[in-house]
Amino acid sequence: MADVALRKVVKRYDDVEAVRGIDLDIADHEFIVLVGPSGCGKSTTLRMIAGLEDISDGDIMIGGDIVNDVPPKDRDIAMVFQNYALYPHMTVAENMSFGLRLKHYPKAEIKARVTEAARLLDITDLIDRKPKQLSGGQRQRVAMGRAIVRNPKVFLFDEPLSNLDAKLRVQMRIEIKKVHQKVRTTTVYVTHDQVEAMTLADRVVVMNKGRIEQIGTPNELYHKPATRFVAGFIGSPAMNFIPCRLEDVGGTLQIRLTDRIAFPLPPARAARYNSLPRTDKLLLGLRPEHLTESHAHLEPGVETFDTVLDVTEPMGMETLVYFGLEGTPVCGRVNPNAGAKDGAPMRLAMDLNNMHLLNEATGAVL
Amino acid sequence: MSSVTIDKAAPTRTVKYGSMSRDRKWALRWSYFFLTLFAIFSLLPPIYMLITSLKSSAEISAATNPWWVFHPTLENYVGLLTSNQFLRFFWNSALVSIFVVTITMLISVPAAFALARMRFWGSATLATGVFLTYLIPDSLLFIPLFKVFALFGDWTGIQLINRWYVLLFIYPTLTVPFCTWIMIGYFASIPKELDEAAIIDGASWFQTLTRIFIPVALPGLIAATIFAFTVSWAQFLYPLVFTTSTDQLVLPVGIITTLIKGDVFNWGQIMTGALLGAAPPLIIYAFLMDYYIAGLTAGATKG
Repeated sequence: MADVALRKVVKRYDDVEAVRGIDLDIADHEFIVLVGPSGCGKSTTLRMIAGLEDISDGDIMIGGDIVNDVPPKDRDIAMVFQNYALYPHMTVAENMSFGLRLKHYPKAEIKARVTEAARLLDITDLIDRKPKQLSGGQRQRVAMGRAIVRNPKVFLFDEPLSNLDAKLRVQMRIEIKKVHQKVRTTTVYVTHDQVEAMTLADRVVVMNKGRIEQIGTPNELYHKPATRFVAGFIGSPAMNFIPCRLEDVGGTLQIRLTDRIAFPLPPARAARYNSLPRTDKLLLGLRPEHLTESHAHLEPGVETFDTVLDVTEPMGMETLVYFGLEGTPVCGRVNPNAGAKDGAPMRLAMDLNNMHLLNEATGAVL
Repeated sequence: MSSVTIDKAAPTRTVKYGSMSRDRKWALRWSYFFLTLFAIFSLLPPIYMLITSLKSSAEISAATNPWWVFHPTLENYVGLLTSNQFLRFFWNSALVSIFVVTITMLISVPAAFALARMRFWGSATLATGVFLTYLIPDSLLFIPLFKVFALFGDWTGIQLINRWYVLLFIYPTLTVPFCTWIMIGYFASIPKELDEAAIIDGASWFQTLTRIFIPVALPGLIAATIFAFTVSWAQFLYPLVFTTSTDQLVLPVGIITTLIKGDVFNWGQIMTGALLGAAPPLIIYAFLMDYYIAGLTAGATKG
């Protein structure tokens, strides 16, 4: 068990900077998820922690020691790969014990560790099978077992669930969380799936174009995104971004979305945004769940407007409604009994207590 | 998406099935026709060899039907198998082949692993270079090679020419490039994550090769082994040039040089010797055929 620290870590391939100076502190026992679109540098960062890629600049520390030039086998880490990377000619037990056998552990201890890991992962019955006789989910369990038996300082997961079908992915996600609750090993997990990131992580690191956009708990990222990228990346369906501007009408601060639609801001929001220049081009960031059907009793700060729906998507527990505000596509989530229909007019309520205001040019959340 | 496409395609496929099966039938008939033709064509010489090997010298020279044995005899077999000379050729051939296969594998497997996996400066160029050396015909090389070994003998006093073991230095120049090339293709088809997993598990490069790569690429290894064995067993030109004393000869050259005396061709023993010489590769092929075919095709599909 150990903490991991990255100090101004850079990875250059010829002239391309894949990772551009990352600082990250991962506490002992912590489950950290690196998330971002493909090409954001998250896998490269993980591979640098593993020692599979050299680092071009900066320092990586595991348990307080700089490991920049330490080969992977001496870093005391274990890695789980997207395509499982099981040794095809070995049985499950041999796959799991390979690392221990290389280090000449006593046979009794190897057997004990493999049995324990197999029990933890519920693969005891599969122990004598070859990888090709296993399903995708079982293979992934074996890959995790191979990591667990080594009892390393750090677990590294490189998109471990991407090859599984949707249902199995949800199941394995829970398994991974359970395993981490039991073994408590410091974990760095890479994924492009923000749902995986939110559900697994103690803290999520959102990466974009080789940089860290924001680090925070899942709730922090969801409710207090720092940038437009994070606001748009975390949450599904994604946050709506509606062009708007601020204006003063009769001493109250008001947000204008279209020529016809403008709302007074709730007092707390008005105080926060009052100092902003009125000329700035702004974006109203609003999650779909804060755009619902209108009720008879609306709370303060919730404003209604009428629109015509383009498309509705019944999801069962909710219905997603899509409409346009002066050309900007907007998504809302309404109660399935609210009577939303394709092409029909509907009165919607906008909860401005949960709004975000973004600078359109810089993408910063204000 | 894909399931919809399959549903749509299904009825069309049933309609077409009849005509496709008719096409297939004709394709099969033609294949069988040409395969039979080819089998007859290529099996005739060995059959003729077998028939002749069972005849006495008198019957061979008699004007009877050459495709039939009227008085079968094993005298040619007995004669060869009790001749120390022939057994000596056989032994030399076996020694040369076994050593050459071993040397080839010891060089080409690690070389292929290094060229396929350890990224170093110029590794791609080197891999191509290895293959290019294979493209130079042996018949262009034997004179310069002879000169090299003659000079080597003059300078060091170690005479290699006219020793069977000189072939151990020469054959690998033919087998190593090709086997390396086969193994590069094989190793390249092994997912990168497999060696990364092994390295993280604590394996050295050598352990990754011996405990992961060689077992996983076993079919390729067997294909390469068979190739190296066939080349060294059947090689004719080099042993003809480099060895002359009868006790140093290998089988193909030995048969020709000792059983043809002037203009007297001992056909019965020549045919018997050739058949006996063809037996070891045949036996090895029969046992490893499945691996060999898997080895030859795997590279093609995994590309």
